[in-house]
Amino acid sequence: MERTRNNKARFLVLPVLLLVAFSAIIPLMTVVNYSVQDTFGNNVFFWAGLDWFDELLHSPRFWQALARNLVFSGIILAIEVPLGILIALNMPKAGWGVPACLVLMALPLLIPWNVVGMIWQVFGRVDIGLLGKTLSLLGIDYNYVQDPVDARITIIVMDVWHWTSLVVLLCYAGLVSIPDAYYRAAKIDGASRWSVFRYIQLPKMHRVLLIAVLLRFMDSFMIYTEPFVVTGGGPGNETTFLSIDLVKMAVGQFDLGPAAAMSLVYFLIVMLLSWVFYTVMTNYGRES
Amino acid sequence: MARIDLDHIRHSYLRNPVKDSDFALKEVHQSFDDGAAYALLGPSGCGKTSLLNIISGLLQPSRGRLLFDGEDVTALSPEQRNIAQVFQFPVIYDTMTVYDNSAFPLRNRGFSEVDVDRRVRETLEMIDLGDRANRKARGLTADQKQKISLGRGLVRSDVNAILFDEPLTVIDPHMKWVLRSQLKQLHKRFGYTMVYVTHDQTEALTFADTVVVMYEGEIVQIGTPSELFERPSHTFVGYFIGSPGMNLLPVELDGASARLGSRVIALPGAMKSAGAAKTELGIRPEYVRLGREGLPVAIRAVEDIGRHKIVRATLEGRELAAIVPEHGEIPAEPRVTFDPKGINIYADSWRQELVA
Repeated sequence: MERTRNNKARFLVLPVLLLVAFSAIIPLMTVVNYSVQDTFGNNVFFWAGLDWFDELLHSPRFWQALARNLVFSGIILAIEVPLGILIALNMPKAGWGVPACLVLMALPLLIPWNVVGMIWQVFGRVDIGLLGKTLSLLGIDYNYVQDPVDARITIIVMDVWHWTSLVVLLCYAGLVSIPDAYYRAAKIDGASRWSVFRYIQLPKMHRVLLIAVLLRFMDSFMIYTEPFVVTGGGPGNETTFLSIDLVKMAVGQFDLGPAAAMSLVYFLIVMLLSWVFYTVMTNYGRES
Repeated sequence: MARIDLDHIRHSYLRNPVKDSDFALKEVHQSFDDGAAYALLGPSGCGKTSLLNIISGLLQPSRGRLLFDGEDVTALSPEQRNIAQVFQFPVIYDTMTVYDNSAFPLRNRGFSEVDVDRRVRETLEMIDLGDRANRKARGLTADQKQKISLGRGLVRSDVNAILFDEPLTVIDPHMKWVLRSQLKQLHKRFGYTMVYVTHDQTEALTFADTVVVMYEGEIVQIGTPSELFERPSHTFVGYFIGSPGMNLLPVELDGASARLGSRVIALPGAMKSAGAAKTELGIRPEYVRLGREGLPVAIRAVEDIGRHKIVRATLEGRELAAIVPEHGEIPAEPRVTFDPKGINIYADSWRQELVA
């Protein structure tokens, strides 16, 4: 039988291609374009080559911000993942408590990020904030505006408050998918609570945990809005993360070239680290 | 191994059961002998899995007691009862090796590694997985996974009973047969008390010495496969077991004869008691003889299934199936007779003894 060969269907991909081109590829190329040039406005550009990259990679300001980012992401992952698992394990599996808990967990995720920042900015204020005032009445010297440690702790607690429920919801989804027979078999085998967690629940949560860690890592590594609202990157540069620094450079100082170079490096770091996380965690699952 | 006594066990999933209809499992008063193999057979929702879970301790009965070798275990946990259970879907610990899976129940009970090793190696030999001891359990096929579930029970030498909850559901047809015969062999060799829940009559009849047929929360008959076939004590057993099931014809009894519409069928005897609302004559297709004498029937279809043919006919407006040998003749004006030894009479669904 003669079959008509017609590959015109490929043109159907064109609209998506255009969309992606305009929303992602072209803007990214603009950034690439800026990163190798210098401008003083008026659409006048000078060729700069790799100077901006060279300068960036030799500036302590960049490395310090990067270090802050990495430490921050490390800490919040170390808190949010175990805490999320713990909460998910203790959530009810049936009855009216299920929707109640789910709504409660979803609430922080529904609040706009700058509002989260505002909530904590006010909450932590020493003069009128519930937290700040209470702490100072208790005699604890807390001031996120002036003390770098307090500022960091505030940002971390805020992030934990905001995002732990994402980990909870993902873990909970993994937990409820475990068939009842597993728990019954464990009972018959005489497994302890810890063994049930270690050999049944944790392996079944492995996939969702991978997603949770990836999402939380990427999001926390790109954190901008909340610390910007609460501390504005201060005191000094103590809570200036890469994104905040980038905006300062691009919008505040109008250094488009260096900012573009930094954007690209930032982007590459996020991609690289996410890839490493993903590879490590999927391989771990396969071998064990 | 232990003898299991179900002492007036009843179960309801309601909090305060009052009426008989509140109970998902109506009264079961039954003993399972030490070292025997039983099958609990019945359709979905008949209470067979509830009964199994009551024995294993996953479910607390609303009423009654459970005894292992005369000792009351109703209040004990599944772990303390020391039973093994194999579930419908294989339960294995994914991240562990086959060896560790089998060792798990022993390690949980604090056995020394020397004992664990000896028992586990023995068990893996028994279930034919000795060469896969160090493989990850997750990569195995469904039937091997089911064997691991079984192995986790067998590894405890003092296990009181092994319970199976439709264990062959997800197994390939040809492996079902293999696994079933391995189970039978294990039973013969080691004499475990085994209770096997299934809705598949072939599985039940080939696996067990004694089959317990359940229907709507109660036991309707307990017997050997041939008893269930020849003398079903309830119409449900009649049509649930056998392929096709028993023919049931509504009849009016008159001494040692039964009237079906305008026809009269001679019975081997008369029913002792009278006064039932509904009387039926049950006869298996195997005992319906097709020929030129007897009651006239109209043939609707003939199914040739290889070794024999199933003739679907109508007798006095009632459907009737008959089994005819492969080369058996089907006359142009077909009539049927009933072999007297295959005739059973049911009053209100329960079988009645006939006296000659």
